[in-house]
Amino acid sequence: MASIPADHETFGAHHDDAHDHDHKPSFFARWFMSTNHKDIGTLYLIFAIFAGVIGGAVSGIMRAELAHPGIQYLGYFASLLGEKSPTFDQQLHLWNVLITAHGLIMVFFMVMPAIIGGFGNWFVPIMIGAPDMAFPRMNNISFWLTVAGFCSLMFSAFVPGGVGNGAGTGWTVYAPLSTTGSVGPAVDFAIFSLHLSGAGSILGAVNFITTIFNMRAPGMTLHKMPLFVWSVLVTAFLLLLALPVLAAAITMLLTDRNFGTTFFDPAGGGDPVLYQHLFWFFGHPEVYIMILPGFGIISQIISTFSKKPVFGYLGMAYAMVAIGVVGFVVWAHHMYTTGLDVNTKMYFTAATMVIAVPTGIKIFSWIATMWGGSIEFKSPMVWAIGFIFLFTVGGVTGVVLANGGIDDNLQDTYYVVAHFHYVLSLGAVTSLFAGFYYWFPKMSGRWHSEFLSHLHFWVFFVGVNLIFFPMHFLGAQGMPRRYPDYAPAFEQWNTLATQGYMIMAASMVIFFVNIGYALVAGRKAEGNYWGEGATTLEWTLSSPPPFHQFETLPVIEDAHAH
Amino acid sequence: MSQADTSLADFVRIAGKSIRAFGLSAAVAALTTANAFAADYVPMKPVAGKGQPVPGGFSFQNQYSPTGEQALTMYNYVLIPLITVIVLFVLLLLLVVAARFNRRANPVASKTSHNTLIEVIWTLLPVLILVVVAVPSIRLLAQQYKPAPKGALTIKATGYQWYWGYTYPDNGGFEVISNILPSAEAIKRGESPQLAADNRMVVPVGEPIRLQTVGSDVIHSFAMPSLWFKLDAVPGRINEKVLFVKEAGVYYGQCSELCGVRHGYMPIVIEALPRPKFEAWVKAQGGTVGAPAAAPAA
Repeated sequence: MASIPADHETFGAHHDDAHDHDHKPSFFARWFMSTNHKDIGTLYLIFAIFAGVIGGAVSGIMRAELAHPGIQYLGYFASLLGEKSPTFDQQLHLWNVLITAHGLIMVFFMVMPAIIGGFGNWFVPIMIGAPDMAFPRMNNISFWLTVAGFCSLMFSAFVPGGVGNGAGTGWTVYAPLSTTGSVGPAVDFAIFSLHLSGAGSILGAVNFITTIFNMRAPGMTLHKMPLFVWSVLVTAFLLLLALPVLAAAITMLLTDRNFGTTFFDPAGGGDPVLYQHLFWFFGHPEVYIMILPGFGIISQIISTFSKKPVFGYLGMAYAMVAIGVVGFVVWAHHMYTTGLDVNTKMYFTAATMVIAVPTGIKIFSWIATMWGGSIEFKSPMVWAIGFIFLFTVGGVTGVVLANGGIDDNLQDTYYVVAHFHYVLSLGAVTSLFAGFYYWFPKMSGRWHSEFLSHLHFWVFFVGVNLIFFPMHFLGAQGMPRRYPDYAPAFEQWNTLATQGYMIMAASMVIFFVNIGYALVAGRKAEGNYWGEGATTLEWTLSSPPPFHQFETLPVIEDAHAH
Repeated sequence: MSQADTSLADFVRIAGKSIRAFGLSAAVAALTTANAFAADYVPMKPVAGKGQPVPGGFSFQNQYSPTGEQALTMYNYVLIPLITVIVLFVLLLLLVVAARFNRRANPVASKTSHNTLIEVIWTLLPVLILVVVAVPSIRLLAQQYKPAPKGALTIKATGYQWYWGYTYPDNGGFEVISNILPSAEAIKRGESPQLAADNRMVVPVGEPIRLQTVGSDVIHSFAMPSLWFKLDAVPGRINEKVLFVKEAGVYYGQCSELCGVRHGYMPIVIEALPRPKFEAWVKAQGGTVGAPAAAPAA
């Protein structure tokens, strides 16, 4: 099965894996017409960091505005965006544009490109012993569609979307606010942005599934694949099944907006709640799309630094499959207050709680992997342990919210914001940084500073907890989300959250200093710089790996650990 | 109990009534506001810590409805202990692992990678815990979905961009339009900025009320944290749920579904009054009072 030779490569002839013999294409051909999975992975990572800076800056404006009651800064930022003297409504519209942009950027243009496009592209082919992805040119199309989607979203901020410029619908784009409720082309461009990046993700998913099923090296059976590859495989299936539903839903939004259809308009026999069902049928698998590859990364890191194989490998792999499957039948827990009938609500309560079981298996298996190990607390390991703790905190509030009767009070409050930022901002993003420090020397050939990486972790850990933990209190007290202003009673925790944001932002400065240091002055990294615990195939290659690896396919022995 | 129970005919009837009542009530309000307020009804002053958030509060607001009390009990005595124990347990395991199995304490790693018994335990134990949690959870849902008794007072809350309208179909069908109060005015009246409204949704205390919600333009959500009540107001469908207020008082909530520019500026204020005072208020609004609703114990 895994015998596809590397003869489809067209750039010159190469005879061995030594990187000084690589014949790399010229700069433009290499980075703008790339067919190399590692280069495309690098492009995705650079793009995700760029988008993450913008999305993070947007949340900075939001936290500044929320530091105290009243409207302080929205007018200033609205005037920066071209409104000469923004009215009060235009300032409030800018708020809705900001929350929409923050959500869409972080989900579609930061986490997904980084974790699937970046690390998935870089390491899935290498970990299964393949020379590249199955469809290298399609891989390039995936990336540039994502960039085009991002441009469309950015463009939407500069065209009318109601009383002001930009799409102010929230990342969920609920009808009828997104149809009759938002005049002007901004929402169309935002929807088109989702179409483009969604198409890119579907093509990427096809590519990963084909690669993993057909291009594994001899002896690399499915049950020997590293868990990161398993996680990307499950994620790719989720993308393939969920994204077309989103595409259908937002296409119906477009036709409702522009061509007189009434899919979501009761005046023509449509139903706004139908849109929510379609959106969340995509939206719930989407949150697992963002976190599952993170699970995979954490499994690799915990195993490496404990110097032990992953505990309960099969349980870990099939727990992810179970999360993926169950993730498709719990969507309406996002809609508990829409008027579901009691039996529906009971079903979704029970089904949602079921997800805690495979998630618990993963948490306990990670700890069992560490148990009996000889742990080295290198920076990726510290990030990974931080991930386990933070994801647990986010997971247990998920069990609270799963209860339809409890959620009646918490739906659309800051409690929900706290919950999903604990699993995403503190979960997925923490796993991204863990993976970054784990693989950065492998990708770049240069060492980052371990001291700065540890410092980054601790400052980030303090910052994000100060931002998001008080939001549980705000939500329980009743502060609704997506509000630019609030009652004075909510001020105390909001001020604290804003201070936490500043600490978190400082940790990002450390991150960029660290990258800069590594690229300018970092010492050279060896092939297997983490030592005996690092057993997957990327550690058999040089750092950085040769432009084309595995021209002679590796053979995986039975003894090879996961 | 769900929106489906209200037939299309009902919807048309109620919608028509509210449209007719719109102009009428506005006129009546303009005519009668001055003397009505002077005579019988004086907006109640809110009490600190009741029906509104408290500065620095870190749990739910105090609850003033039976379902709210039931839900808060479940949260305080089932969910919070459970999630606290889980988080502390995981934290403890991580600390133990870090102390006992670091490179210095344990130079040679074991190669154990399977233990069927422990894997079965950590699969089945969470299942059992969840089954235990599911019992009060399902019971709570069943309680929340108990339909209003026949003859219960019906109030319809309509979400508009960006204010609320409260229609009283059992009392002549007048509609009260409720807009946010400017901050200065709210403070002058002893109320919280962002939460205070010019006109309140006045309800009788101590009896089940059939509260219906509908959206007139986009989706809004009628939320009342201290009564554990939240129900979306969706265009084209009527949602319905029982509202029960145990104590007289003023209760504050806010729109809880993103509805456009002034989403953060359409608060909800419920004022619960004893039946006679409620009826006096209804009459002051130009409404009618029929036979008191037969209100069996909730």
